[in-house]
Amino acid sequence: MSFFLQLVVSGFALGMVYALIAIGFVIILKCSKAFNIAQGHFVMIGGYLGFTFLVTFHLPVWASLILAVAAAIILGLLIERFTLRPLVGQPVLAVIMMTIALATVLEGLATLVWGGEYKTYHGVLPTITLKIGELSIPPETLIGVMVSIAVVTILMLFFRYTRSGLAMMATAEDEQVVQSAGIKVTTVYALSWVIACVVGVIGGIILGGVSGVMIPLANVGLKAFAVVLLGGVNSIGGAIVAGIMVGVLENIAAGYLDPLLPSGGGLASVFPFIVMIIVLIFRPHGLFGLVEIERI
Amino acid sequence: MLQVNNIEVTYMNIIQVLRGVSLEVGDGKIIALLGANGAGKTTTLKAISGLLKTEEGEVTDGSIVFDGKRIDRYGPVEIAAMGITQVMEGRRVLGHLSVEENLMVFAHNRKDRKEVKADIEKVFEYFPKVKTLRRQTSGYLSGGEQQMMVIGRGLMARPKLMLLDEPSLGLAPLLVQEIYEIIRRINAEQKMAILLVEQNARAALGIADYGYVMENGRVVLSGAADMLRDNEDVQEFYMGLSAAGSKKSYREFKHYRRKKRWVT
Ligand SMILES: Nc1ncnc2c1ncn2[C@@H]1O[C@H](COP(=O)(O)OP(=O)(O)O)[C@@H](O)[C@H]1O
Ligand SMILES: [Mg+2]
Repeated sequence: MSFFLQLVVSGFALGMVYALIAIGFVIILKCSKAFNIAQGHFVMIGGYLGFTFLVTFHLPVWASLILAVAAAIILGLLIERFTLRPLVGQPVLAVIMMTIALATVLEGLATLVWGGEYKTYHGVLPTITLKIGELSIPPETLIGVMVSIAVVTILMLFFRYTRSGLAMMATAEDEQVVQSAGIKVTTVYALSWVIACVVGVIGGIILGGVSGVMIPLANVGLKAFAVVLLGGVNSIGGAIVAGIMVGVLENIAAGYLDPLLPSGGGLASVFPFIVMIIVLIFRPHGLFGLVEIERI
Repeated sequence: MLQVNNIEVTYMNIIQVLRGVSLEVGDGKIIALLGANGAGKTTTLKAISGLLKTEEGEVTDGSIVFDGKRIDRYGPVEIAAMGITQVMEGRRVLGHLSVEENLMVFAHNRKDRKEVKADIEKVFEYFPKVKTLRRQTSGYLSGGEQQMMVIGRGLMARPKLMLLDEPSLGLAPLLVQEIYEIIRRINAEQKMAILLVEQNARAALGIADYGYVMENGRVVLSGAADMLRDNEDVQEFYMGLSAAGSKKSYREFKHYRRKKRWVT
């Protein structure tokens, strides 16, 4: 039982990070109607930034987070201004191609700056391990969960209660109406890229703390993609629920199914995708996708 | 307040839609702009509001002057800030947002938070039907409720001039009457000028001070509303047609998907 609980708890922690990253995905999808192939690469950059601030500069966790978020905001603004704004009005495919290019460029940059080898920031985090009964939660996971819950909550409040959040939701519905309301949609786009970068980078710092940083950390973008499809491409709430689901399922598969396989493992990373395929067959809009409202 | 001087409008540099349109809207007046489907009414409104630029349209000749200032070079965001709000054809509700959120979107640039709150209540006072639905997802409202909501939404920007595009589209006659009564009230109480586009000439001329009739991108007739109401051509082509034609136009109604968006 405690083994199961342990899996669920660490799965939840992992899932919150997936949810965080997936929100970045959903925002771009809603505002620009495009899949952001580079979302996972924001995560990778986040991991490396975490390494730089925590290990290279020996900064405390909070300072590292603030600096990384600042860097992410700048990165988001630069990306929007110089690569995506020129494409406003072009077909969505052009935007997707641009995000592929961005992904490649970020990968190259990361290799240039941080080299190709595996980086880890084990040991620099405060060594508190939370014990609840037989359950023990390591510091990386604990900090990760707290940070991702905080960020997800802030984002939800932002969308629900601020004018800029409302402007973003409105832009996702009808750009022309939003402009007729006197709202600059370029500002909304810029904001959407900033949010995508920030959640990616924060997710990267957390994941880097748990499992170290390497270029392939960017592949987590693919998992966020599965999360988004599972939750329903245009639903932020769906992304959160699906993120947690995928995290928990992945851990349970790793804990119970992988040991039974002759290969000794490998199912964990595939399992979420299998679930995604099954769900999509029965619910093409995902679990919580917004349905096109049609009135006659 | 608004002068449209002999404007020509071209889409995508080749499709000329307006061929010299002139009209004038005086302070606090209701001006009707009538004409059959495809005459260029919506294009005229978009030229004024700047929304044309989001559809690769351009005013290639003539000028548009609002409060003494030439505005045809500006985009929709600047023009909205000057006090012109367009209530677009086909309602265009932000379907997944609630009624109140729809209203708030149009108050985005206003600093006077208290007055925004008061204005929301004002909108609900004009449209009591919508008040009970304030927290509902707007996409599920009935056509009439949606039309009321988008007019109210336009009010939230506190415009000096409201451009209203076919508010009667697809609505039952009784509902049209109700909405027109409220438009008249808003005009009188808010001292807000209205440029009212309609195919339903009878309804529009019922509340307008003055009217223009468009055909093929030109104004072919204009005059005081009661004069137009008595005009035989208007009666034959626009009032007769409007009764039978309302169904037809509803089926033909479509949005033009923009090929290239232009944003400010
Ligand atoms: N975005 C657009 N691109 C190209 N042509 C357009 C566009 N919008 C309208 N038109 C054309 O302009 C003409 C006038 O349309 P419109 O202004 O919508 O007329 P109305 O509102 O009087 O029905 C029509 O022939 C229509 O096909
Ligand atoms: Mg029209």
